[in-house]
Amino acid sequence: MNDLSASSRINYQAVMVRPSVERRIRGLSDKALAWLFITPTIVLLLAINIFPLLWTIYLSFTNYRANRPNAPTIWLGTDWYQSILTDPDIWAAMQVTAHFVIWTVVIETVLGFGLAFLIDKKFRGHGIWTTIILLPMMLSPAVVGNFWTFLYQPQIGLFNYVVAFFTSGDASSFQMLGDVRLSPWAIVIVDAWMWTPYVMLICLAGLRSIPDYIYEAAEVDRASKWRQFWSITLPMALPFIMLAVLFRGIENFKMFDMVNLLTGGGPGSTTEVASITLKRAAFESWRTGYSSAFAIILFVTVFGLANIYVKALNKVKSR
Amino acid sequence: MKRTLKALVFACGAVASAFGIAAGTTPAQAQGKTITLCWAAWDPANALVELSKDFTAKTGIGMKFEFVPWTNYADRFLNELNSRGSLCDLIIGDSQWIGGAAENGQYVKLNDFFKKEGISMDDYMPATVVGYSEWPKNTPNYWALPAMGDAVGWTYRKDWFARPDVQKDFKAKYGRDLAVPKTLDELRDIAQFFQGREIDGKKVYGASIYTERGSEGITMGVSNYLYDYGFKYDDPKKPYAMDGFVNSPVAVKGLEAYKDLYKCCTPPGASNSYMSEGLDAFKSGQVALQMNFFAFFPGLYKDPNVGGDRIGFFVNPAGPAGQATQLGGQGISVVSYSKNQDEALQYIKWFSGADVQKKWWALGGYSCAKSVLNDPSFPNSAPFAKEFLQSMGMVMDFWAEPSYAQLLQAEQKRVHDYVVADKGTAKEALDGLVKDWKAIFKEEGKKF
Repeated sequence: MNDLSASSRINYQAVMVRPSVERRIRGLSDKALAWLFITPTIVLLLAINIFPLLWTIYLSFTNYRANRPNAPTIWLGTDWYQSILTDPDIWAAMQVTAHFVIWTVVIETVLGFGLAFLIDKKFRGHGIWTTIILLPMMLSPAVVGNFWTFLYQPQIGLFNYVVAFFTSGDASSFQMLGDVRLSPWAIVIVDAWMWTPYVMLICLAGLRSIPDYIYEAAEVDRASKWRQFWSITLPMALPFIMLAVLFRGIENFKMFDMVNLLTGGGPGSTTEVASITLKRAAFESWRTGYSSAFAIILFVTVFGLANIYVKALNKVKSR
Repeated sequence: MKRTLKALVFACGAVASAFGIAAGTTPAQAQGKTITLCWAAWDPANALVELSKDFTAKTGIGMKFEFVPWTNYADRFLNELNSRGSLCDLIIGDSQWIGGAAENGQYVKLNDFFKKEGISMDDYMPATVVGYSEWPKNTPNYWALPAMGDAVGWTYRKDWFARPDVQKDFKAKYGRDLAVPKTLDELRDIAQFFQGREIDGKKVYGASIYTERGSEGITMGVSNYLYDYGFKYDDPKKPYAMDGFVNSPVAVKGLEAYKDLYKCCTPPGASNSYMSEGLDAFKSGQVALQMNFFAFFPGLYKDPNVGGDRIGFFVNPAGPAGQATQLGGQGISVVSYSKNQDEALQYIKWFSGADVQKKWWALGGYSCAKSVLNDPSFPNSAPFAKEFLQSMGMVMDFWAEPSYAQLLQAEQKRVHDYVVADKGTAKEALDGLVKDWKAIFKEEGKKF
């Protein structure tokens, strides 16, 4: 009897509470309701994105070091920016980054689109092939870095063995990771192997979005396959290709993990991409102010380039 | 009745807390407490786990261990210290960290504790006290107890050296017997002799040396050559004056000699080798000689394939200017952000005991205590003990300044660029290094 009355009391309270909350929400305007829903996201965004960004901008003008929190923080103005922009080592790192970004994007786009074009043609077992091709991009960069280090091993590595097999040379006569001429290409090869499937996937979405009736109309007009490719396939898939280029470009500009595992920036500084230089300055040398300035420069570069690119992409889309 | 019960509870509480205070750190009170010791993940760390069981048995304080592979060791623990983390109560930190850790208040200063507990630094090998405990160097300010003595040494394939055909070929080529090298030139000859040679139908190579770029590898390797050729970090009479010392003509020759050894006599693909790569190369029977820290030698001696009679050990050979070797090893410190400092100090007190130090050596750790090292039986206590003792008498170390990481990075870059990436000349590399180091010290406010 007591239990029953307790449960009915709870139900009664619930019934009493619900209309009041509803009434309160019902009283809100659409705008207020919208704010209510987006406020947590905005707060989160401010806390984990905007505040650190502003704080980084502030630190970039100071001599602050995270490992010496008790040392006085001195305002340096634009000293770090000047020293970074006139440092030949930084420009060397930017060149290495540019080489890596340009070649990986070119190779991944060409191969990715080619694969998408082939996979788009319905053939027996194309589903399985798609899955197999997609496997590398599902792996962790740490795993990829480690096993490619073994593949590139001059004495036991499969890569060297295969190259030696086709060139009739000695497998240990060349070092992909230890040679100044080959190491920049070694990291390009690994990135292309891992991320071409990603580009393929985006291109495939583009190709599948082209309606069949356009090709049918072209067939009626007796357009050759070559003509169909240049006049229909490529222009209609172009926004997707450009999107893939944008994603890969931004991603590779920030590339760290895979290169760090494969070469650590070496031999010497041959593969020291900007993010490795940045990490060394920030978390090995603990030059927080300096590395903040470098991070801001990198951010502005990527942001600027990406904006120009997005404008171009929009133009292509609106054509 | 209620009042009596309350009084009883209160009395019990009072007695319990009084006992707690009086007992201090007795096993009874310490039971349930656990402290965390941070170090690198390597063979001696396993020995320390074994050794520490005695500490737990004696005090009731549990031990937890946080071991990180060498390649991430500095990154991981310096991050931890710099972020004022309390993960580690005790840390066996690298010798070069001492300046930064002392000046940034990350380690507890141990002078008063040593005095109170009767721990004297005179009981430890002088090189280890300067290297692992003191900051500023050569002053009686102690931030660690010397825990793990270490230096760079060499291993060689004793069984290959003993082969009559190999002996005969070597004598024919160099006009002398194949024996443990006394000089760096002899070492190069031996390495070159074995490079590309077939032994038991397998192609082998000369030497595995440190060439790693990312952390500290190539610096720890090249130093053994630079020191022997006459390199000095600065003017002994004028601290931080580096011109003519770091980039002296003899230092240039030393750097050239290291590059020569790398180019002539290392296995293919050895452009980024450090401790574990060296061990792999030696254990897999690829190389005749291996540069590595003494800490690995007990494990190598026990190796079923290359250990026992097949392996020999020798100290870093002499160069034109003398004989020295790179200091390794670490001291054990109490982290100032630890919430268990009393227990951590108790561990240090226990660890400093003569019998514990003896057991530490027996288990595979390298004691720095004179009671162990000066024992007449020590040189024969292990096949590498004599060489270790000799090495510890001739060690030199990298800068231990608070800015050591920056100084290290600069050397890693300059040396790797020259030795592995063939960029510029040795003179340019060392001139560049002086320029980098000057800029770092200038930023630190040093006058030179």
